[in-house]
Amino acid sequence: MGTVTETDALPELTTDDLARYSRHLILPEVGMEGQRRLKAARVLCVGTGGLGSPLAFYLAAAGVGTLGLVDFDVVDASNLQRQIIHSTKDIGRKKLDSAEEKLIALNPALNVVKHETMLTSANALEILKDYDIVADGTDNFPTRYLVNDACVLLGKPNVYGSIFRFEGQASVFATETGPCYRCLYPEPPPPGLVPSCAEGGVLGILPGLVGIIQATEVIKLILGKGESLAGRLLLVDALNMRFRELKLRKNPECPVCGPNPTVTKLIDYQQFCGIVPETAQEKNVKNGIPQLTVKELKQRMDAGEEVFILDVREPFEYQIANIGGKLVPMNDVPQRLAEIDREREVIVQCKSGGRSQKIAEFLKQAGFPRVVNLAGGILAWSDQIDPKVPKY
Amino acid sequence: MTIYIPTPLRAFAGGHAAIELNATTISGALDILTQEHPELRKHLFTGEGKIRAFVNLYLNDEDVRYLPAKEATAVAATDTLSIIPSIAGGASHPTT
Repeated sequence: MGTVTETDALPELTTDDLARYSRHLILPEVGMEGQRRLKAARVLCVGTGGLGSPLAFYLAAAGVGTLGLVDFDVVDASNLQRQIIHSTKDIGRKKLDSAEEKLIALNPALNVVKHETMLTSANALEILKDYDIVADGTDNFPTRYLVNDACVLLGKPNVYGSIFRFEGQASVFATETGPCYRCLYPEPPPPGLVPSCAEGGVLGILPGLVGIIQATEVIKLILGKGESLAGRLLLVDALNMRFRELKLRKNPECPVCGPNPTVTKLIDYQQFCGIVPETAQEKNVKNGIPQLTVKELKQRMDAGEEVFILDVREPFEYQIANIGGKLVPMNDVPQRLAEIDREREVIVQCKSGGRSQKIAEFLKQAGFPRVVNLAGGILAWSDQIDPKVPKY
Repeated sequence: MTIYIPTPLRAFAGGHAAIELNATTISGALDILTQEHPELRKHLFTGEGKIRAFVNLYLNDEDVRYLPAKEATAVAATDTLSIIPSIAGGASHPTT
């Protein structure tokens, strides 16, 4: 780890520091030396979302000297249920600017480094190399593998946290002797098999819980105290409030951190995760289902056409927002085919176009002659046609 | 024994978080589980019947991959088998 170890080289604490960190200074495990280590430390938070919010906040409060933040997103109203570093007034603002403002308000001595970019194979090593520890708070598999591999290649610990609905995971990967993310998950799941938080939902408090576990691990690594989560996977079940831990082993055949690595530089992680860029042709027809854009649908409605929209979301989603479609939840469609007119064109719609595509394919197989999918679903409708339709 | 079903797979296991069943080995337990909940099969096994590379199975706190007898390991009524999924959530960008 690149943390400064020579006590003499550590920065001195100012009078303000002594007052601010007094509760740390009287802890034998932190003390003057530990607080100076925190001041010297450089931590990179990848993502300033659900996990990144509490993580960055607590690291700033604890006196970590330099915090790098990687994000390119803007604050959306639906973020505020869990991304507590952002406020209502920040909606539409860059997350980096919003986060920096809150962190500096909390601790004006903090050095915030903003990386307004998506982390890619082309820039990851360059960005990560200046930090001692990387905290991974991203939301997708390609970036998870990218962060892991970059950390292994650079020899930086990767403090990992991940969440889904009511369930969280945390660990510390890529320490000198411990396993890495690929030792646990050699391969990503194929796209579509594991739903994202945007599809599956997440309890707003859960990233708080998991992000703070990550922050705790970061602080312990900097101090060199306690027993880190390296070699253990902590599982958090918020619904039943159970914490379990599993043993993680370094995989002797790991392609990145094993003794005979086959991955010695960063690769194309989109491709590795099975995500292929769509061609224009595929955009218009996917798996044999024509894709209708919300703009095309609006034009047809404006022209007075009576379209038939089949909304395959759940009743509670329909209650939040709908565009006048007939509601038949996805799982009920096979039993309720009689309610769908075979003579008409069926425009299948859901939240963002994933479930409706599956049902459109199912209807086509079931012999419906004209089935199209509304690309982007009701979210695209809200974005491009009618902002009064609430997003959720 | 008890099999813990992770959140992403509960929809394919009748919504259960944990399932109790009687089996003598890990693979026997998985057979019973996927007979009772056939939809789980494709999430856990490849077409050739091998456990998928992104599915981690733990007998108590040990990775089944590192047990000497792997899936043929004998199990007792007090043992727990956990299916550990890959989850990637953390930030906010909608991915679909």
